[in-house]
Amino acid sequence: MSRNNRRMWPVWLVLMATVTFAALPLPDWLQPVRPPLAAMAVIYWSMMWPQRFGLGSAWFVGLFLDILQGALLGQHAIALAAVAYLTLKFHLQIRIFPLWQLTVTVFSLLAINSLILLLIDGYAGNPLGGLARWSQVLTGAILWPLVMGLMDRLRESLKSQDRTIL
Amino acid sequence: MALNTPDSDPSAFRGTSPGLRLILFIILSLTLMVFDYQNQHLKNVRRFLEWSVYPLQVAVNAPAALGRWASESLSTRADLIEDNETMRHKILIQSGHLQRMAALEAENVRLRALLESTAKVGERVLIAEIMSVDMNPFRHQIIVNKGSKDGAFEGQALIDAQGVVGQITRDQIVKSEAILITDADHAVPVEIVRNQLRTIAMGTGDRDHLSLPFLPRNGDVRRGDLLVTSGLGGTFPAGYPVAMVDEVLDISGEPFLTVTATPTAALNRVREVLLLWPGDEAPPEIATNTDQAENEMADGDQP
Repeated sequence: MSRNNRRMWPVWLVLMATVTFAALPLPDWLQPVRPPLAAMAVIYWSMMWPQRFGLGSAWFVGLFLDILQGALLGQHAIALAAVAYLTLKFHLQIRIFPLWQLTVTVFSLLAINSLILLLIDGYAGNPLGGLARWSQVLTGAILWPLVMGLMDRLRESLKSQDRTIL
Repeated sequence: MALNTPDSDPSAFRGTSPGLRLILFIILSLTLMVFDYQNQHLKNVRRFLEWSVYPLQVAVNAPAALGRWASESLSTRADLIEDNETMRHKILIQSGHLQRMAALEAENVRLRALLESTAKVGERVLIAEIMSVDMNPFRHQIIVNKGSKDGAFEGQALIDAQGVVGQITRDQIVKSEAILITDADHAVPVEIVRNQLRTIAMGTGDRDHLSLPFLPRNGDVRRGDLLVTSGLGGTFPAGYPVAMVDEVLDISGEPFLTVTATPTAALNRVREVLLLWPGDEAPPEIATNTDQAENEMADGDQP
């Protein structure tokens, strides 16, 4: 177990980097197109390495996002856990999709993520953000092939060490 | 965990079934959210958690801080001399103003004593730097690098050289979260300098505008009126400039005027703010943010 855990650290490093990206200062005009990289990374790893990356990991990534963004504790956590659940549930089907179909699926998963966040914001009486929320989802989907390519490289390099990775 | 498990193996989901795990996580998140929403129970947990991400925020802030440091240390001698000169002039002019201020203050105290009302006490300030860290994109939140260690407290007012910037919403150990006066959930009790008409300035979610939704149609407000804090509600000390009225629209059929104002503080560009301690000592009891807003709303409804 500990032997395997050692190999998880590059994945966690990437996840932390994507979470940090949410706090990176961007000029105001770039805010609406900031891709939800953390959610995309959660989708990728729960699809590609379901043995090691599950609901719990997604939940912790979400909690970390909540702390960093000053959101309600559990807001991003619940959304990412739900997204990870859907991805895990269908990971065998999704994985063999051609790229465009996969991108569409990721778009819907990111939309579900945003929808859950929106519902909680609405219920808590926070500002709803209007269209900016949805343009972020769109940017995420547009950047998916690129992000997936980069993550694939990392996975390839981990694959030689761990046979549970596909 | 067997290394050879094919990925179709249901043991991929260790132990409990994924549906059950999802339900457990949902219950856990909902509990956390409910407790966090009430803002009291999780305060210390949250303080600790936020403190633990501080290194990450410092890392994110680092490039911007480095840039500022570089531009400061690489500035030329001529630039520095010029800066120095303008600052000296500024000090001269401002100390000129302050000379009269001392006399006026003394007079004010005397007059207040005549009216048998308490004299306004001085305020202690501390300079804090805003960290270049993005928070929730739909709110106007900032992080300042002073926390409860420096005496910052929840509800403390932040100002800059031109006016009110916002207030602290969560004091953490080494830093604090604050919201700007333009946040859509924020309200400042203000009065018009010209005629002491009191009202509420609400944030709009747009960094250049505040709105004054509670002025009746016969309210005496004009373009160019300066709004200062009225001191009602207790969060903001009285007399600090907040905004300048830009537009007054009297739409027939509406019970209230539509008034927009521009914040006097440079909310987009400000890098350093002042934390205020009214009356020289941090009061131990400060109403929570939401209570405050409700009180302010109630005040505003009775013009």
